[in-house]
Amino acid sequence: MIRVEEIHKSFGSDHILKGISTEFEKGKTNLIIGQSGSGKTVFLKCLLGLFEPEAGRIIYEDKAIQDMDADAKSDLREEMGMVFQGGALFDSMNIEENVMFPLRMFSKQKKADMLERVNEVLARVNLENVNKKFPSEISGGMQKRVAIARAIVNKPKYLFCDEPNSGLDPKTAILIDNLIQQITHEFNITTVINTHDMNSVMEIGEKIVFLQKGNLAWQGDSNEIFKTDNKDVTDFVYSSDLFKKIRDIQNQEIRG
Amino acid sequence: MKYLSDIGSYFLMLKKTFSRPTKTSVIRELIFKEIDELIINSLGIVAFISFFVGGVVAIQTALNINNPLIPKYLVGYATRQSVVLEFAPTFISIIMAGKMGAFITSSIGSMRVTEQIDALEVMGINPLNYLVFPKIVALLFYPFVIVISMFLGIVGGWVAAVYGNFTSSEAFITGLQEDFIPFHVLYAFIKTTLFAFILATVPSWQGFYMKGGALEVGKASTNSFVWTSVLIILTNYIVTSLLLS
Repeated sequence: MIRVEEIHKSFGSDHILKGISTEFEKGKTNLIIGQSGSGKTVFLKCLLGLFEPEAGRIIYEDKAIQDMDADAKSDLREEMGMVFQGGALFDSMNIEENVMFPLRMFSKQKKADMLERVNEVLARVNLENVNKKFPSEISGGMQKRVAIARAIVNKPKYLFCDEPNSGLDPKTAILIDNLIQQITHEFNITTVINTHDMNSVMEIGEKIVFLQKGNLAWQGDSNEIFKTDNKDVTDFVYSSDLFKKIRDIQNQEIRG
Repeated sequence: MKYLSDIGSYFLMLKKTFSRPTKTSVIRELIFKEIDELIINSLGIVAFISFFVGGVVAIQTALNINNPLIPKYLVGYATRQSVVLEFAPTFISIIMAGKMGAFITSSIGSMRVTEQIDALEVMGINPLNYLVFPKIVALLFYPFVIVISMFLGIVGGWVAAVYGNFTSSEAFITGLQEDFIPFHVLYAFIKTTLFAFILATVPSWQGFYMKGGALEVGKASTNSFVWTSVLIILTNYIVTSLLLS
């Protein structure tokens, strides 16, 4: 579990995060949603320890990241897996080397054992016969799956995903969402996903944190989000024509 | 004010580069890769430039000796002094600031743009140690490049002088041996080692702390060349003043 207490983050005179407090539960897909510029990425980078908040605490299980020294932070990061928006695969390495990278850095396993684990996680994300290909030789959807495989190869306790389905077609996006949710349940890890995709919210939003201009405007789950009367949330949810039409049809059915 | 903050960030980068070391087996592999990319891959261009510039130095010197009282061995002497003292260590380093420097800045800058550096950091790896330290170690071999440059510069001078009928082989070789001060070679290696450190760290700093996209990677590469060259020239002046004045 990750607990966030009153965190503030500014860049110069821009106050980006204005006292956010929430909890991300273990074994659940926790979503951070909000419009572009709402502070989602800054929030995620604070959770990862890439940005240092000016005030507030981020507590992993029972230890605040602010109280950790460099070695403790490094140890914590070994328990984290991260799927970046663009995949962030290493261009100079092939798929096998990319996925094996965290194992090579932190485990004392033999190469054959590492290779076995790599093939196991590649199979888990439904990727086969791509081991010797380079990231530039595979599609965007496959790159995302490789990134997920790399993130879970070290059996992390925490999985973070920044816009995991951006730039993907709707079908592949749903596949990626479902894959992340299955992995979260299977390995009982704390997953935090940064997204503005309403399909993801509907599909896998077990806990949703809605950010608006750096404030936590609402939190709940994927059922509650469609029932809330919070205007900021409804404006966000029904900004898409598809969802507006669904709402209108539902309203007509209720009246009929 | 910005310059002060840049200087500060450069020295902080150096401090972080030598902290939280990466796993030895991984870093050893990276060092060999960097030796291949930075040292071995530079040998071709260094050999080509050194040979022909050495030849040009010999021809220019020979063409400017009109006075019959000036001995012909001066061509060999001037070629040796020019190549050993300045051309090989300093000007090859400035050329390398373009070749190696642009490569280092653009490769690290591209990793920054595509979040690969963030990925390293999130995995608990010190990205500066992982990316910059192997380059510093690889460039400890840079003086060998300069030895090759010195040798080929002098060979180029000999070929141009002898086959261009500017002087005889014996006179050229006499010139090479005339008034030879071994400390000059040591001086060349001392400054080459300092240039190697600048070549490894300044382009890395430019790439690591760049912000933006592909256009900024290009700008960072240009800045890297400018700053590396400026620092090499300044270091050359200071070292020459201290060791030869």
